[in-house]
Amino acid sequence: MSALQNLPFNVREIREQFPALRQQVYGKNLIYFDNGATSQKPQLVLDAINHYYSKENANIHRGVHYLSQRATTEYEAARTRIQKHLNAKSSNEIIFTKGTTDGINLVASSFGNMLQAGDEIIISAMEHHSNIVPWQMLCERKGLILRVIPINFEGEILQDEYEKLLSKKTKLVAITHISNTLGTVNPIKEMITKAHNVGAKFLVDGAQSIQHMSIDVRDLNCDFFVFSSHKVFGPTGIGVLYGKEDLLDQMPPYQGGGDMIAKVTFERTTYNELPYKFEAGTPHIAGGICLGKAFEYIESIDFKAVEVHERALAKYASQVLETFEGLTIIGDAKNKTSVVSFSLKGLHPFDIGTLLDKQGIAVRTGHHCTQPLMDFYKIPGTVRASFAFYNTIEEIDAFVIALERSLNMLK
Amino acid sequence: METSMDINKIQEEIISEFEMFDDWMEKYEYLIELGKDLPIIAEELKTEDRLIEGCQSRVWLNAVLIDGEMSFSADSDAIITKGIIGLLIRVMNHQKPEIIASNDLFFIKEIGLQEHLSPSRSNGLVGMVKRMKLEAIKSLNKK
Repeated sequence: MSALQNLPFNVREIREQFPALRQQVYGKNLIYFDNGATSQKPQLVLDAINHYYSKENANIHRGVHYLSQRATTEYEAARTRIQKHLNAKSSNEIIFTKGTTDGINLVASSFGNMLQAGDEIIISAMEHHSNIVPWQMLCERKGLILRVIPINFEGEILQDEYEKLLSKKTKLVAITHISNTLGTVNPIKEMITKAHNVGAKFLVDGAQSIQHMSIDVRDLNCDFFVFSSHKVFGPTGIGVLYGKEDLLDQMPPYQGGGDMIAKVTFERTTYNELPYKFEAGTPHIAGGICLGKAFEYIESIDFKAVEVHERALAKYASQVLETFEGLTIIGDAKNKTSVVSFSLKGLHPFDIGTLLDKQGIAVRTGHHCTQPLMDFYKIPGTVRASFAFYNTIEEIDAFVIALERSLNMLK
Repeated sequence: METSMDINKIQEEIISEFEMFDDWMEKYEYLIELGKDLPIIAEELKTEDRLIEGCQSRVWLNAVLIDGEMSFSADSDAIITKGIIGLLIRVMNHQKPEIIASNDLFFIKEIGLQEHLSPSRSNGLVGMVKRMKLEAIKSLNKK
């Protein structure tokens, strides 16, 4: 494809950095199109995991010995790198969590504790279960009201409906930056301004955007931004909650334990300052350090070029898939990236996914943890191909041939 | 009355059938054909209590005890799932409940379909096998 030949980065060279991509499954070259679920890891991250446990392993923030100090330095250096990557004002605004879900639950529990019965929270109809259920649980606990912004059939949030839902009662708006099922890129910056106009805070679910675009939390002016390490080429089990410092300062702690305290007596405990106030217990030290390495890796790549490449992949895949009889692409937003979700008339996504798998192609099938969205489209699920910058047009061609073969078998 | 075939013999038979296939796609072609041939459960039997909800596909299972032997019929919205159901029914139909309850269904692993019965797959089949055994145990208790 001509668009790809002009890329300022070399996909072949990038693929060399990802050992997991160089393997066969069921005797076929692996084609990994399940990046929306998790990303593969570059050598730099893999080496860092090995290095950490071989040379640096120690508990942090509490040891006087050499290894502990070294691990602490590395862990805090990772926090600073992430702060700079997100353009946050201070490293106090970077809270290590277990992942996106954990970050949302932290905000729901802690920020949610400051809300009163009758207050309102707004989400959209395209949210992942992890950006629905924590708010439902909070609403039940505190007597709050959850409002849902509808979407159009193309898979775009209806902005006029959003404006109608916003009021003085709105305390928080929590919206996905990019839909994991549809690939829609939401106009988050404008939505944040609108929320602030009524005095509401705004949480961005960045699980699907951090790996596809440059994020500047100060430019977005969001109050919270959450993401998972494993979707941005880092290890599983760790993620980040960015929060504005003054807001985090006002919020009560989430979990109690070691590291999050200043002084403990049986009568009264005082809490540690940010960011430790929200990091009870021994954290995922290796995870934090290696997430820092993942950012070191992606900062070595031109993200403008990544955006161009990934949009080209999604567009090419859509164009080819549209020629299949009975195939419907789910989600046709004007601003869309990296994801192509589709359904085939009379066929179950599970059957297609299983046959693609046996031809070496990893896709996701099912409801993608967005059951309300599937109800909206009145389908049981979709087949979803989700791309990363290491995917190629040739892989899409192979995927299309495998899909054709699968459909012939199912006829 | 016709005596039922030994449950382990049927499994051996399936294993040798699958040995003829050269690759995975041939196995799945066969499963798809089996799925298409599976006698569909009567529409009125597709009730909520017969539904086994999976993350990927749904399965309906009807189990009855006739003359001391279990008789199963089932359906799924996914054709490959139906094919695997076809194999499970072939093995477990017309067997005595105590035999079903205690058999380890070794053929599944031998023909390489264990992934469909792993909890991670959660496609309704795991629940279906459990339900087949449970129904067998229930009818044992009724005796």
